[in-house]
Amino acid sequence: MEGLLSLAVKAIFIENLALSFFLGMCTFLAVSKKVETALGLGISVVVVQALTVPINNVLYTTLLNDNALAWAGLEGTDLRFLGLISYIGVIAAVVQILEMFLDRYVPALYNALGIFLPLITVNCAIMGGSLFMVERDYNLGESSVYGISSGIGWALAITAMAGVREKLKYSDVPDGLQGLGITFITAGLMAMGFMAFSGVKL
Amino acid sequence: MAGKDLSMLKDPMVDNNPITLQVLGICSALAVTSSLKVALVMAIAVTLVTAFSNFFISLLRNQIPSSIRIIVQMVIIASLVILVDQILKAYLYEISKTLSVFVGLIITNCIVMGRAEAYAMKNPPIPSFLDGIGNGLGYSLILLLVGVIRELFGAGSLFGVQILATVNNGGWYVPNGLLLLPPSAFFVIGLLIWGFRTWKPAQVEKREYKIMESEGAH
Repeated sequence: MEGLLSLAVKAIFIENLALSFFLGMCTFLAVSKKVETALGLGISVVVVQALTVPINNVLYTTLLNDNALAWAGLEGTDLRFLGLISYIGVIAAVVQILEMFLDRYVPALYNALGIFLPLITVNCAIMGGSLFMVERDYNLGESSVYGISSGIGWALAITAMAGVREKLKYSDVPDGLQGLGITFITAGLMAMGFMAFSGVKL
Repeated sequence: MAGKDLSMLKDPMVDNNPITLQVLGICSALAVTSSLKVALVMAIAVTLVTAFSNFFISLLRNQIPSSIRIIVQMVIIASLVILVDQILKAYLYEISKTLSVFVGLIITNCIVMGRAEAYAMKNPPIPSFLDGIGNGLGYSLILLLVGVIRELFGAGSLFGVQILATVNNGGWYVPNGLLLLPPSAFFVIGLLIWGFRTWKPAQVEKREYKIMESEGAH
């Protein structure tokens, strides 16, 4: 239990997907102009991440890993090279199903998240989460916790960024830095802030 | 090579750079640039994947039904990336370990997908291939620039060869350790964008709010 808690803290603050691994940067920079939209996107990332990481974990351990097909009577198989294409397939499918499910049963949330859901398929934070799960050999419990908390970390970062940018637009920025440039510098300062969490252990 | 083809290669390097202007493919640009060697391998990988995915998608563009085009593009891109990943694991194992998940993340690199969607779906194979190479080179340019700055001033070396003798080895240069840490990548790219836009003022973004000039402020 303590191990899982410490994993969660690590994934949210210390190894924040957006600010220390730079994952999901395209959307992080493009959709962080307003706090509301940033929060909406953040929540959808948490949901998708919480679903895809455990699903990909099951896929990896039962089908792809070295000798994983032993349960089906096939010894000595190694399908790990198919990993990348399977994970992206799972992500695309989960996003599609989630979109249809929300449309049918939770229309309010669907309308709020609508435009962001398809964007999430190509968000590298999602793919990155699954790849880190494989690289670090998480089991099913760990990968569920990792999925949710890394999503929360990303959501936290983009919401904070949007908060800063809402104020920033009133300030007198040099012409060349306007827009993208100053956003990068702000993200750098935020990343430095998040570095202060490193060393925190539970 | 005709002038038009040449300009297709050159345009994305400065005038329409994927990173500084189109805001595509930034994740990896930040993450893999702390050493130049890794940045170079990544740059080559992305250029090749972009060029070939553009080529194949453009070949198939009249056969792909538009309702499932994203999935088809994804499959083509993912297959190419698997190829790159396997080659790196076979011949450059050390570098593939340092790149870790970022090779896999070329799949979701928006440059590849963005060019496939914006260019390859509408144009014949050869120009699409060139467009892919051009955008790949534009990406490589920024990647290598950032890589040079970060490795030279962060560790005093280039490609692992000591250029500035560091204090630890009895030299004079005190390395700036911050440049090897993640936040510095943001600063370096932010400042590069500033430089690019000062050089090409047409790329400057419009202000959302104009600040009132106060009277008699001189």
